[in-house]
Amino acid sequence: MYCQECQQRPATLHFTKIINGKKNEFHICEQCAKEKGDLIPGSNSFSIHNLLSGLLNFDQPLSDSNNPQPDKQVTQCDQCGLSYTKFAKIGRFGCPDCYKTFESKLTPMFKRIHGGNTSHTGKIPKRIGSELIERKKIDQFKQKLQQLIIQEEFEEAAKVRDQIRMMEKRFEGGS
Amino acid sequence: MSLKKFISDAISPWMKREGPDSDIVLSSRVRLARNLENHVFPIISNEQQADEVNRQIRKHYENQTYGNVGVLSYIDIDDLKPIEKRVLVEKHLVSPNITEDPKHSGVLMSDEEHVSIMINEEDHLRIQCLFPGFQLIEALTLASGIDDWFEEKLNYAFDEQHGYLTSCPTNVGTGMRASVMMHLPALVLTQKIHRIVPAINQLGLVVRGIYGEGSEAQGNVFQVSNQMTLGKSEQDIIEDLRGVVIQLIEEERSAKKNLLESSRIQLEDRVYRSLGILSNSRIIQSKEATKCLSDVRLGIDLKLIEGISNTILNELMILTQPGFLQQYAGEALSPDERDIRRATLIRERVKLEKNNE
Repeated sequence: MYCQECQQRPATLHFTKIINGKKNEFHICEQCAKEKGDLIPGSNSFSIHNLLSGLLNFDQPLSDSNNPQPDKQVTQCDQCGLSYTKFAKIGRFGCPDCYKTFESKLTPMFKRIHGGNTSHTGKIPKRIGSELIERKKIDQFKQKLQQLIIQEEFEEAAKVRDQIRMMEKRFEGGS
Repeated sequence: MSLKKFISDAISPWMKREGPDSDIVLSSRVRLARNLENHVFPIISNEQQADEVNRQIRKHYENQTYGNVGVLSYIDIDDLKPIEKRVLVEKHLVSPNITEDPKHSGVLMSDEEHVSIMINEEDHLRIQCLFPGFQLIEALTLASGIDDWFEEKLNYAFDEQHGYLTSCPTNVGTGMRASVMMHLPALVLTQKIHRIVPAINQLGLVVRGIYGEGSEAQGNVFQVSNQMTLGKSEQDIIEDLRGVVIQLIEEERSAKKNLLESSRIQLEDRVYRSLGILSNSRIIQSKEATKCLSDVRLGIDLKLIEGISNTILNELMILTQPGFLQQYAGEALSPDERDIRRATLIRERVKLEKNNE
C-alpha cells in the first residue's frame, strides 16, 4: 500500500482516528507523518501553552474525586489578581505568590511536566537562601550520623555529633 | 561597507573563537530564568511595575563589569529599529518574544556578546551564556557565577519546595535550559537520526531542528536541550545532556566514516554540486541555501573540499537570514529581493575565501 499523502513511498504507519464518533483511517509513510505531525496522536504539534492548558483543565486525579471541589475557594491570587481560569488559559503564573495560591492544584501538573518530580534539588541562592543551605547541611550530617551509628563507628559518630551541635548553635545564634 | 567588514561586525566575537568538537557542535548555551520577589511577572505587569523592575536591575548592573566578561552595556528594545531587533534575534542574543511586545524590556550585553541578560522577557531576568563548540560546563559555570553576582543585590523569588519561581511552570526549579547546536549531516543522510531522536526524547531531553519550520531541521542543524527543570540539580542536568551529546558526536563521526568508505564518489558529487550552486546561483531561497551550506560544510569536514574555512556554515546560516540581508542592503526587502541578495552575498563570501588562498 502506498502512502495516501505522497503516493510515492510505501505506507508504514496505519492508525484510526475517531473524533465525535466519526471514524477516519490513515495510511501514511514515516516522512509524511513527520511533516504532518498533527495527524499523529500524541505528537507535539501543539504549542507548549496549549498543552499546559490541557493539563491544568484535566480532571482531578481519582483520589480526589471522593471529595468534590475541595479547592473551590482558591480561584484567584491575592497578590496579582490572576484567576485560576486565566492561569489555565495562558499557562503562566502572574507572580511568585501564585505558586502558594494555587499550590493544591499544581502537583499533578508539575509531575507531568517534570517527569514525576515535584521538589527542587538544585541550586539555592547564596544570600537569601543561606539559612536553608545551612539547614540542609545539618540534615546531611544527621543522615551521616545515623549511618555511622548503624555501622557502629561510634568514635567517628561522636565527632559528627559534635559538628552538628556546633552548626546548630551557630545557626540559632545567627538567625 | 565592504563585505569583509560587514561579516566581521555581524558575527559575534565569541563565535570566531574555536571550541572543542567544533566539527559537530556549533555552540553551547546555558540560560537561567530568575525573578524578583514581590514583583508581578512581566506577562501581567503594567507599565509602572515593569519600569520599576527594569530600573532596579539596571541601577546595580548597567555598565558594571563581571570578572573577565567585561562591561555589560544596556540596549533598550524600544530604541531599536525593526531590522535591528530582527538581527539580535537572528544572532540568538534575544528571544523573538521580547521584541514582539516589549514592556520596559532590554538586554545587558557583554562586548563579546557571549553573555546576554534579558530584562522583562517572560521572566524578570534571563541570564544567557553562549560558548563556541562543546562547552556546557563552562557555560554553566559562567552563568551560575553571574547569577551569584546578581543575587548579591537582588532578592530572587525562590522557595524551598519549588526552587526558583518562574512565570512558566516548565521552567520552575533550576530555571535552567541548557542546549547545544549540532550539525549532524551524516546521521540525516543515513537516516539514523529518525531512530535516535525518539530515544533521546525518552530521556527527558528535546531535539529540534533549528532554522526550520516546525520539526524539520534545515541545514541538518539540531538543538538538543533539557526539558525538565525540577527535581534534578543543574550539574546532573548538564551531565545527562553531555552524555547524550557525546554519544551523538560519536555516532555522527562513525556515520561520516562509513559514508566516506561506502560512497565516496557520491558524497563528492553531492558536496561539489552544492558548492557549485552556492558559487554560481543568482537567486536562492533560504531552504536551498542552508541545505547547500550544510553539504559544503560536510565536504570541508571530510576534507573533500579544501581551501574554505569551516566557519562558513555558522557564518552564512546567520548572515543569510532576512534580518541580516536587509541590514546589509540597508533597506527593507521583499522576499524575492532577499533571494537575489542572498545569492549575491553567498557568492561574494565564497569568492572571498578563494581570494584568501
